Amino acid sequence: MGSRASSLLREEEIEEIKKETGFSHSQITRLYSRFTSLDKGENGTLGREDFQRIPELAINPLGDRIINAFFPEGEDQVNFRGFMRTLAHFRPIEDNEKNKDPTASEPLNSRINKLLFAFQLYDLDRDDKISRDELLQVLRMMVGVNISDEQLGSIADRTIQEADQNGDNSISFNEFIKVLEKVDVEQKMSIRFLH
Amino acid sequence: MPAFSCAFPGCRRDLLVIVLVVFVGIGLPIEASAPAYQSHGTEGSYLTNVTNTKKAFPVLAVNYKHVRQPFEIALWILLALLMKLGFHLIPRLSGVVPESCLLIVVGLLVGGLIKVIGEEPPVLDSQLFFLCLLPPIILDAGYFLPIRPFTENVGTILVFAVIGTLWNTFFMGGLLYALCQIESVGLGGVDLLACLLFGSIVSAVDPVAVLAVFEEIHINELVHILVFGESLLNDAVTVVLYNLFEEFAKVGTVTVLDVFLGVVCFFVVSLGGVLVGAIYGFLAAFTSRFTSHTRVIEPLFVFLYSYMAYLSSEMFHLSGIMALIVCGVVMRPYVEANISHKSYTTIKYFLKMWSSVSETLIFIFLGVSTVAGPHAWNWTFVITTVILCLVSRVLGVIGLTFIINKFRIVKLTKKDQFIVAYGGLRGAIAFSLGYLLSNRHQMRNLFLTAIITVIFFTVFVQGMTIRPLVELLAVKKKKESKPSINEEIHTEFLNHLLTGVEGVCGHYGHYHWKEKLNRFNKTYVKRWLIAGENFKEPELIAFYRKMELKQAIMMVESGQLPSALPSTISMQNIQPRAIPRVSKKREEEIRRILRSNLQNNKQKMRSRSYSRHTLFDADEEDNVSEVRLRKTKMEMERRVSVMERRMSHYLTVPANRESPRPGVRRVRFESDNQVFSADSVPTVHFEQPSPPSTPDAVSLEEEVPKRPSLEADIEGPRGNASDNHQGELDYQRLARCLSDPGPNKDKEEDDPFMSC
Repeated sequence: MGSRASSLLREEEIEEIKKETGFSHSQITRLYSRFTSLDKGENGTLGREDFQRIPELAINPLGDRIINAFFPEGEDQVNFRGFMRTLAHFRPIEDNEKNKDPTASEPLNSRINKLLFAFQLYDLDRDDKISRDELLQVLRMMVGVNISDEQLGSIADRTIQEADQNGDNSISFNEFIKVLEKVDVEQKMSIRFLH
Repeated sequence: MPAFSCAFPGCRRDLLVIVLVVFVGIGLPIEASAPAYQSHGTEGSYLTNVTNTKKAFPVLAVNYKHVRQPFEIALWILLALLMKLGFHLIPRLSGVVPESCLLIVVGLLVGGLIKVIGEEPPVLDSQLFFLCLLPPIILDAGYFLPIRPFTENVGTILVFAVIGTLWNTFFMGGLLYALCQIESVGLGGVDLLACLLFGSIVSAVDPVAVLAVFEEIHINELVHILVFGESLLNDAVTVVLYNLFEEFAKVGTVTVLDVFLGVVCFFVVSLGGVLVGAIYGFLAAFTSRFTSHTRVIEPLFVFLYSYMAYLSSEMFHLSGIMALIVCGVVMRPYVEANISHKSYTTIKYFLKMWSSVSETLIFIFLGVSTVAGPHAWNWTFVITTVILCLVSRVLGVIGLTFIINKFRIVKLTKKDQFIVAYGGLRGAIAFSLGYLLSNRHQMRNLFLTAIITVIFFTVFVQGMTIRPLVELLAVKKKKESKPSINEEIHTEFLNHLLTGVEGVCGHYGHYHWKEKLNRFNKTYVKRWLIAGENFKEPELIAFYRKMELKQAIMMVESGQLPSALPSTISMQNIQPRAIPRVSKKREEEIRRILRSNLQNNKQKMRSRSYSRHTLFDADEEDNVSEVRLRKTKMEMERRVSVMERRMSHYLTVPANRESPRPGVRRVRFESDNQVFSADSVPTVHFEQPSPPSTPDAVSLEEEVPKRPSLEADIEGPRGNASDNHQGELDYQRLARCLSDPGPNKDKEEDDPFMSC
């Protein structure tokens, strides 16, 4: 499969993406046209500069991290499959999906996977923990440059202290889930467009 | 308001005086002037009498007419509040019966009593209701409206409010008209427009009743905001429909043009109300920017601007309730950034107080009016009305939810739908609107009776049974949660993430527009409406600061904060002193200075905490924070003592010195102490010391000249510390380098107190 030079999407590919991500036919075609409009080089893959051209990402404090999330480990180009795979996390959860076959693997847009996606945006070194430094980096990106390091540091400490249960001074994925149990993640991490 | 913490009788006295002043001040449009003039008249005649016949000087005289008006008002309010008090003293009662029911019963009793005496019981005057009793409740609701859930569900709320109310009106009006056509009922004279008018009055969900009942059942946020939001926003529809049908009923015929104008009127009324509210809201925010020198009157601005918004929109027949809500919502973020903490508490408590009094009075008056009002009872009509109310509500909710769920991410479950339908209570607004009907309508009394019956049914039956039903159906309850910095951070993080992903998809959705609004707010609006430099403060920081403040104050007030408050602020604030030699005398002085600085900053901390008052719930205790503080304190005490020990150790150099290079040791010693802070003053330790009292001192002095070179070894290009002050700075820099390895938990822990 890999990258395709042609700009047409074949039926079997649509079927595969449908099975993997759960998007409907129309959604896949819609997103494919978006993909091609972003793909200025017309080589069937997107590079980082294609994403950086999107104005909303340029002004977004987390822009770089979001862009990185689309690219698999170590690669510089993402094809349509990868693009869809990442976007699948933001699909709203359907009621009927909850009763699906429990032995099948968790769909990409389940609550756990959504949280995992968010967690991995914090945890850059993939050690399954959000350390104080990683938290500080994210905080710094979100609040801008006017706040002193000490203040940010104390916020980070307070955050870790609130969430940390096993005393390792960092937030593990389970602690992350626990902290967000009151937040309606299904709604907060879903985009209606992808409905 | 410190009144709340004072002794019981004094409290009520203050409360009474304040409410009294307010009521008198607003100038009740009741027959106010008459008694006043009367009393003047009698006085005048009394004076002339005196000149004619010399009477004995009256030591004690009763002049009731003089104080009649305020006296009666005060008495009513006092009665209402005493009743409320009484209910809460009876433990089981308040758990079973909602307060609103009890108050109506009290009103019935009082009304009955008055009638028995032979007097005319006062009826809930519509003007009194709309101008005095309703605004505080709505302002309280609007000012403290939870914005996030509201904006997330605003589409659903609008659909329920507008389309739901329209459906209710026409369904009920139409079916009632059909009923009236039936000969046996005997209501042949009622025409369609009158029925539709009646339908419009009785179909609107009432915010007062909803608030009163839902407050006690603690239902989950989504359902609460749906019902409550609907009750607030349907005011526009009600106003338009009511005015429309009244006009049509006068004329008698309806043309297509009239209908079209009606629709236009709806948009004008609602958008106009929103506009008026927004204007006053911005005015209030702008005014609050300049109130830093006149903190005492800050709350008044909030109240008066809101009230003006309400009155202005009522003047133009726009939706006053929407104006009030929008005004509160718009001004809140800016006003809260500008006003002092005391003012914030004052506003909060005054609003709660006024709305509580209003609500109590409304329900009692409802009861009294029931006894007083002229009634025309018609079994069929009344019973049908009640049944139709329920039926149309249920049908409306189910139908609309079916459509709405297609557009929602989080669907409304059957349980949610049930509570939304069941929670559609009618209340005093319907009664007042009915009362406003001019006597032209021959059916007025019948309508009033029907309205009262519906209100009673919804408040009593639905109000009382909703709580057990909620328990029975195991509907999700409100999750009690403390403000958590984690949730704030992660929610903001997710917002940014979603905005970004929406950008990638090319979809201009919810997050996109929210982000745009935020950015607009930050760059343009905030700098005009927020005083000083505060407008640059990111929301996260403001949230954190408030949270820490609340906790520090809570701990101080609960007496848990130990007197020896640890604080490395003391370390950081000490001026670096240039002390060339450390003699024994000096040693004492240094110790004393350190101690006193520690003390000073303890005082500063305490006064800073006490300077802001806040009211908090007992269950906001955060044990973790407490433990952390104690731990920090213990650490600090330990370290102070260690430092002292080391100081004495150092200054009274012990006999056995293993290391031939005290310079290195000195460096290590310094880096150990750097645990305190990078900028700290342990420079005290590093002066060119030469305690002459010990024999080994000689060896130290010998080492001294070696120091610069040692320094040079450890840290590259560094000038010789000729100037002591320079030397201090160098040592500091050196120390910082050595202690730089990374996050130092102990250092940071004390910062919350700094950032307070």
